[in-house]
Amino acid sequence: MGKARLAAFRRKGSGAPAGAQSGRARPNPNPFEVKVNRQKFPVLGRKARHAVGQPGVSRARAVQKRTQTLLKEYKERDKSNVFTDKRFGEYSSSMSPEEKMMKRFALEQQRQHEKKSIYNLNEDEELTHYGQSLADIEKHNDIVDSDSDAEERGTLSAELTAAHFGGGGGLLHKKTLQQQGEDEEKPRSRKELIEELIAKSKQEKRERQAQREGALELTEKLDQDWKEIQTLLAHKTPKPENRDQKEKPKPDAYDMMVRELGFEMKAQPSNRMKTEEELAKEEQERLQKLEAARLRRMRGEDMHGDSRKPKHLSADDLNDDFVLDKDDRRLLSYTDGKMSVEEEQSREASDGESEEDHHEDPSDENLEESSDPDGHSDLDSDTETEEDCGRPDTEPRLAPQKRLANNGHKAREAARNELPYTFAAPESYEELKSLLSGKTMEEQLLVVERIKTCNHPSLAAGNKAKLEKLFGFLLEYVGDLATSDTPDLGVIDKLVVQLYNLCQMFPDSASNSIKFVLRDAMHEMEGSVEARGRVAFPGLDVLIYLKIAGMLFPTSDFWHPVTTPALVCMSQLLTKCPVLSLHDVVKGLFVCCMFLDYVSLSRRFIPELVNFLLGILYIATPNKHGQGYTLVHPFRASGKNSELLLVSDEEDTATWQRTGLSLRWASGLKAQTKTEANHTRLSCLAVCVALVKHCVLLYSSLPAFHDIMRPLRALLTEHLANRTHPPELQELCQSTLSTLTNMGKQSQRCRPLVCEKSKPVPLRLFTPRLVKVLEFGRKQGSSKEEQERKRLIHKHKREFKGAVREIRRDNQFLARMQLSETLERDAERKRKVKQLFNSLATQEGEWKALKRKKFKK
Amino acid sequence: MERGPGPDGARRALGCLLEAVLASRGEANAVFDILAVLQSEDSEEIREAVRACGRLFAALLERGELFVGRLPSEDSVLAGSQGATRKYKVWMRHRYHSCCNRLRELLAHSSFEVKELALSTLMRFVQLEGVHPLEKPKWDGCYLFPHQLFKAVVEGLLSLEDDCSLLLSQFREYLEHDDIRYHTMQAATDIVVRVANRYLEVPFTFWNNAFTLLSAVSLPRQECNTSSFYVKHASEHPGWVGRGPHGAEHRKAFQLMWLGFLKHELPLGLYKKVLVIMHDSILPHLAQPSLMIDFLTRAYDMGGAISLLALNGLFILIHQHNLEYPDFYRKLYGLLDPSIFHVKYRARFFHLADLFLSSSHLPAYLVAAFAKRLSRLALTAPPEALLMVLPFICNLLRRHPACRVLVHHPLGHELDSDPFDPEEGNPAESRALESSLWELQALQQHYHPEVSQAASVINQALSVSEISIAPLLELTAFEIFERNLKKKCQESVPLQFIPAQGLLGLQDDLCAQHFTLS
Repeated sequence: MGKARLAAFRRKGSGAPAGAQSGRARPNPNPFEVKVNRQKFPVLGRKARHAVGQPGVSRARAVQKRTQTLLKEYKERDKSNVFTDKRFGEYSSSMSPEEKMMKRFALEQQRQHEKKSIYNLNEDEELTHYGQSLADIEKHNDIVDSDSDAEERGTLSAELTAAHFGGGGGLLHKKTLQQQGEDEEKPRSRKELIEELIAKSKQEKRERQAQREGALELTEKLDQDWKEIQTLLAHKTPKPENRDQKEKPKPDAYDMMVRELGFEMKAQPSNRMKTEEELAKEEQERLQKLEAARLRRMRGEDMHGDSRKPKHLSADDLNDDFVLDKDDRRLLSYTDGKMSVEEEQSREASDGESEEDHHEDPSDENLEESSDPDGHSDLDSDTETEEDCGRPDTEPRLAPQKRLANNGHKAREAARNELPYTFAAPESYEELKSLLSGKTMEEQLLVVERIKTCNHPSLAAGNKAKLEKLFGFLLEYVGDLATSDTPDLGVIDKLVVQLYNLCQMFPDSASNSIKFVLRDAMHEMEGSVEARGRVAFPGLDVLIYLKIAGMLFPTSDFWHPVTTPALVCMSQLLTKCPVLSLHDVVKGLFVCCMFLDYVSLSRRFIPELVNFLLGILYIATPNKHGQGYTLVHPFRASGKNSELLLVSDEEDTATWQRTGLSLRWASGLKAQTKTEANHTRLSCLAVCVALVKHCVLLYSSLPAFHDIMRPLRALLTEHLANRTHPPELQELCQSTLSTLTNMGKQSQRCRPLVCEKSKPVPLRLFTPRLVKVLEFGRKQGSSKEEQERKRLIHKHKREFKGAVREIRRDNQFLARMQLSETLERDAERKRKVKQLFNSLATQEGEWKALKRKKFKK
Repeated sequence: MERGPGPDGARRALGCLLEAVLASRGEANAVFDILAVLQSEDSEEIREAVRACGRLFAALLERGELFVGRLPSEDSVLAGSQGATRKYKVWMRHRYHSCCNRLRELLAHSSFEVKELALSTLMRFVQLEGVHPLEKPKWDGCYLFPHQLFKAVVEGLLSLEDDCSLLLSQFREYLEHDDIRYHTMQAATDIVVRVANRYLEVPFTFWNNAFTLLSAVSLPRQECNTSSFYVKHASEHPGWVGRGPHGAEHRKAFQLMWLGFLKHELPLGLYKKVLVIMHDSILPHLAQPSLMIDFLTRAYDMGGAISLLALNGLFILIHQHNLEYPDFYRKLYGLLDPSIFHVKYRARFFHLADLFLSSSHLPAYLVAAFAKRLSRLALTAPPEALLMVLPFICNLLRRHPACRVLVHHPLGHELDSDPFDPEEGNPAESRALESSLWELQALQQHYHPEVSQAASVINQALSVSEISIAPLLELTAFEIFERNLKKKCQESVPLQFIPAQGLLGLQDDLCAQHFTLS
């Protein structure tokens, strides 16, 4: 098969020129060299491709081709080394020899030009004659000029050489000369000849001298002219050659310096620095682009692989440690689905405010982060920074931004004293835990930050994987912190930022880790749900994971690989977990808050949430009528938990003040006193009513708004009717209810649904189906694939046959060649033997003749 | 009696006694020693004793050394002047009797191993007594079965105090045999009647045990001629004719048993259990299935999950036994409340509802009312239920083109409020046809993408072919979760571009507003 392929290749390789030849071949006049393939029936419209063949021509062509390729191979069969001609275009048949020469010359010039130097602009092209520099020749002449005797310099003419030394070429030459001489005058002795030669050469010399003197005069004249012009061209640098000659002997330190500076790579010219406004504008454009992408994903427009969609940039863009400033966030938080110019203006108008915010912010941060109460932290930090500078090798890879940040976090520096500066990335969770455990919050954060810095992916190849793992470990650590008896929420709060940064670096692995923890949580729930139909609220860790997922990934997407499962998970928490205690209420409300945060931008509808809020309102209602609403799983209308949030103590009601709920309640904090528990109950109720209000605002545009809110309205009315709540709560209920009523009035009237008009289906037509006949003699009925298959099979068969034929012919050709070789060898041998015999016979004859002579004598 | 230490010693001692008794009638008094061990405290010893008793009386039964016929009192026989053999036999029969009583008591023993052994020994006695009857046959070839003994066994199984489900599962293998099954049914019927009459408040455990036993009685489905018997020779008895597993007697006994059981006030949990197996293993085997109507109607009127479950049985009666059920659809309509999406039997209910509403002869107002009510309920449903109920509603609209005004009513006038009355119990008066499915339009804004897509179907003209909801019936949230997790994202995961600030998020987030970390 290999051979066949070779043959095919050979055919193909030399096919083009052969075709060109045949195209050019004139119609063969000799009728005996033409073979006509007679057609039995002429068919109209069919092209007869092989009607006339020229076997002689094609055979000759084949033989020629084989001599060029196969025979060459055959002859070189035992040779291991190959002579390749690397000259330009040597094997290219499409170039004429002149073209080849031109190209080669051009290439050579180019190469020479390149080799010299790129900076030397004044250098002219060096002209040559027979490979020798013309400039050199000129110099030669100058030298020759000073020395009158030319012969000894070695520029002997061919005749002279021949005459003196009598070389082979000279001899021949002489012969021809002699022949010529013989034609003119026959008798001429050697002496005459030599005299004539000498005379000739002397004449030549004289002529040359005269010529040279003329040239010298001309040059002097030129020089004088030049001097006149030179004053005009004062700036022109002297000839490089001359300068080189002058400078070579004394390479000055200064000159070397200049040279070095001159040859140093120069900085590329860059774009000009951007002004503040341009930067701001660019930033705004970037944010607008991101926002537009988010909106598109929210509507689910590119769900079906829209290829035109621009690539999401956020991951790359945020790599440069960019931190949004305050007013940008304000801009983003305005997300009613339109991004308008007014917004820009209003932003400018509100600049004053935002600036204030801006000013406040860093101070806040400082306050937050400087846990050191005393004022010495500044001093400490200063020395510390000096230390930093003094020890570059310990913390060599700190990016400048980081350094700045570190300067900002002055309070932390005190804690740094004991900490090493470089950390190997932890290989297992236990390793990380041992690194972090027993340290204060600042130290832990510092350790994580240093791990991140020391193992930045740009520093070594394996760092990426290490940091990817670090994300998973940190997540696990956060979960551990949250499940402990006294959860360290402050650390988690700060670690979230680190998690965010890591996630921006490695979105895929981060999403996988989050998915993994979510799946774990769901698996645990699944088992319990299948066994008992319900499950207790999971620990704080799951809630925190869900919260983190919502912060790392966009929650408004129509579909997202992480947030969509997270939504399903939260839905499960709200539908499958019965509320058995105050902790469960707090957890449930936290899930509700998260849920609403998730959909705050996309404004999507959550049935479970409404049900849950209804249930919470229900368990806080004192005297229930049960009119106009139905409780849904997991709440029951009656039972020991149906009055969980009821507060009957009037004193507690009076002393209650509205505060935020503490997340510690979710992790199993026990109420110290009854009053505290009652206050928490009231806070829960307040949060619940606030969330109801939020829902009312969020869903007011939904078509079935009334039906969704009817049960909530009924319960709120009941709450109001009881008048047992503290005034603040009462007010909240009142405002919620009034919003509800207002929204209900505003919401659009019920318009009957109408389907979108679909394209009318075309009537069925009964015209026959027309099939184009593309190829005659083929079966038309089969499908396209079948036809293609048949075509391929046919083609393969034809090619196979052709290849076999070619191989056979190759073999025949080779056999012929071998035979002719053998014959040649035999003939040669025969000839040599004959020659030997001949010489022997002559010898014998001579010997005999001698003998006879002797004998005669 | 000499007894070595431990159970080994006891076994050896019992073995000696046993051999002595069996070897000569003179040593018969050793039976007392064996029976005394039965009263022991140690369960290991009791088991040895039970084994020994089993072997002893089995051998005696086989030898025919027990008195046959009506048993006279022990004292009169011993005092009288009958032959020594007769005296021995009567005496021994009394020992056998007391042994059986003790074994029956042991069925309530605390150790399961003892219970199990006692049960198997008793059943062995039943088998042997069947072969060697202790009664005199009234006529030749009379069918005799140890009714007394067997009834005692069944009574022991249907304990009033303990949960005997483990023991009953052991007993289940005896129920493979036709004769045992038949007699169990009879015994169970008697016992249930007796217990229900005796006590005012029948304990829950009894009902539970009874149900476990009754549900274990399963008649074979296919006709098979080879019937198996526990008491071997009984098959030749002409008295058995008609009592085979497919005979009328057998079915009648089955029916009597269940009807007798179900006519009592059962605990609610049991209602559910009975209804779950009703369509599959009770109704097909009853002689007259329509007699079950009382029970089913009672259950159907109870409301809640029990009604949902009763639906299945009713459906079979209506479908296969020509039962007329007035206001069936009205009641079905009444069953629709928000809890149907959360109960365990959701799949079963919707499967049946699909069947009931599949008829194309239903009036349009009825179907429209169902569609409207379901979509109203869908506003409170979790995603896994929504994914099922939305295609369900669309299927209803497809089947009944007259109901398409619910989603496509181009000539309708704008309304002030939804004319549909959700409180109305009668579908005919709910004015559903004047309304539209705005609820589905609202659900197009659902947070889950698949639900949103499913609800968006109504935006276009509905396709002709129905969507099969069978694969969606059993859908759980966990399956949806897994499916969403596994779905591949073509490009890299999109990221949040607002940097995280802390655990509670930005200031205007709800979490940050309502929760604090400290």
